[in-house]
Amino acid sequence: MLDILNLEKQFGGIKAVDNVNLHVKENEIHAIIGPNGAGKTTLISQVAGELMPDAGQIRFMGRDITFMRPAQRARKGLARSFQITSVMLPMTLLENVSMAVQSRKGHSFRFWRAAANDRELIDEAVLALDAVGLSNRANRVAKEVSHGEHRQLEIAMAIAMEPRLLLLDEPMAGMGQEESRELVAVLNEIKKHKTILLIEHDMDAVFSLADQISVLVYGKIIATGGKDEIRANPEVQQAYLGES
Amino acid sequence: MNSYLPRTLSGIVYTGVIVVFALMPVFVQFSGQIFYLDIFSRIMILAIAALSLNLLIGYGGMISLGHAAFLGIGAYCVGIPVYYEIYNGWIHLALAIVACGVFALVTGAISLRTKGVYFIMITLAFAQMVYFTFVSLEEYGGDDGLVIELRSEFGSWLDLEDNIALYYTIFAVLLLSLFFVHRLVHARFGRVILGSKFNDRRMQSLGFETYRYRLVCYVISGILCGIAGLFLGNFTSFISPEMMDWTRSGELIFMVILGGTGVLFGPVVGAGVFILLEVWLPQIITFINGLGLGAKLPHELWHLIFGVTLIAVVLFGRGGIHGLLTRKKRP
Repeated sequence: MLDILNLEKQFGGIKAVDNVNLHVKENEIHAIIGPNGAGKTTLISQVAGELMPDAGQIRFMGRDITFMRPAQRARKGLARSFQITSVMLPMTLLENVSMAVQSRKGHSFRFWRAAANDRELIDEAVLALDAVGLSNRANRVAKEVSHGEHRQLEIAMAIAMEPRLLLLDEPMAGMGQEESRELVAVLNEIKKHKTILLIEHDMDAVFSLADQISVLVYGKIIATGGKDEIRANPEVQQAYLGES
Repeated sequence: MNSYLPRTLSGIVYTGVIVVFALMPVFVQFSGQIFYLDIFSRIMILAIAALSLNLLIGYGGMISLGHAAFLGIGAYCVGIPVYYEIYNGWIHLALAIVACGVFALVTGAISLRTKGVYFIMITLAFAQMVYFTFVSLEEYGGDDGLVIELRSEFGSWLDLEDNIALYYTIFAVLLLSLFFVHRLVHARFGRVILGSKFNDRRMQSLGFETYRYRLVCYVISGILCGIAGLFLGNFTSFISPEMMDWTRSGELIFMVILGGTGVLFGPVVGAGVFILLEVWLPQIITFINGLGLGAKLPHELWHLIFGVTLIAVVLFGRGGIHGLLTRKKRP
């Protein structure tokens, strides 16, 4: 579904992404792990279109999307969540998710009908909030809810876009254990009918969710495989998992 | 539901303002203070202009320091045809819409590539270009401006030469503009504009080509301001490049901030307070001097008081006058 071919990105003298090849198949969760500064976010930003690669190609559903704008990619079915929560803070949770629904309902050059009581938007937004367990907070302003709820909102907005591929950039970032467990349960539910490219620090989460794992170190993929393969790989153990 | 579009008891005040607008000609008839018909015509015209600017500043987060250009272009769309003895108001209106729309489309397409202070500077630069273009047009009076001998003619049913008819026409246009902006900002389009003000990057990642929406918003705002300019030309019966001086753009921003940005009715109150202070403060000083208390206050003092008052409202009433009206007591 998503094919990343020989992707390169250099910042000054540092190769943040160094000849990366990655293939995400339909209906799998492919996780990318790696130490801080390994280039994970740089990689996902290039997939989402916010950063242009120096070389290489990104193919999505068989099409070359390397030079598409982020908004174009989003409409093609690529949704991302942000590592550092990035939502419309003065809007309510429902309004935030409604925006995601609105984006796939055709153009928004509609100047007359009030969006606030547009069932076409609200019903589906409520479903997405429900899926992450936020429906009882729908009318709270995003600025005022907790960090954990922000993380859930990120996911709700991404799934409300009904994407073909979800790019999740450290969805558990900064969450407590209890919250993380709940979010893993949510993602387990979502993964039944979605393809996901997941970047995550939380090893328990990665090993309980992922079908495939790639290990990124200094911009290079040093291993790709199933959970057991990755656990057993000595190079990975040395570079990342520690000696344990 | 609309956390960011407050609905509060300030509505009472705003309804009151509309009632005052509606009844002003009656008051003028009884009191004989014809002066106030002029003042309030002016307030309503500038309210429409500030309303259109609020669409950019308040809802879209696009701080334009060149909005007076649209006011001027709109006014010249009356002045120049009248110079050639074309008095049909519908032609004036069509000209104003097309001229302001095209100008907004071209300058917006360039300005909206920038953000923040660069956007402010580039809109200012475009407005100055228009200003100096009209200054150099000797045919149309250049620096000295142009007298509009006859006002726009919209048909036999409406005689704008009659000041009260002009007043109520402006009033009607103001109400229509308020209603139009209200629908606009609550519709899907308005949501995209607001969303892009709050978090443009996220809106793009959701799939919105925010640049296009912002550009359309800029064009709509420019056209609305052009219509205000059309009435300003008719109202003053004299137009000059002075109308689109950059200080006028600054005044419009002040009206928006004074009333409360991103509040539908804010610019109307902002324009009203701004103009009334401008009128009343010199009168108050003349009055005090007339009391014969010894030392005479310099007449120009009113400028200082004016400035301090404006700063105080903005500083202490965060969210402008609307902020003052809706402030909740802290627990």
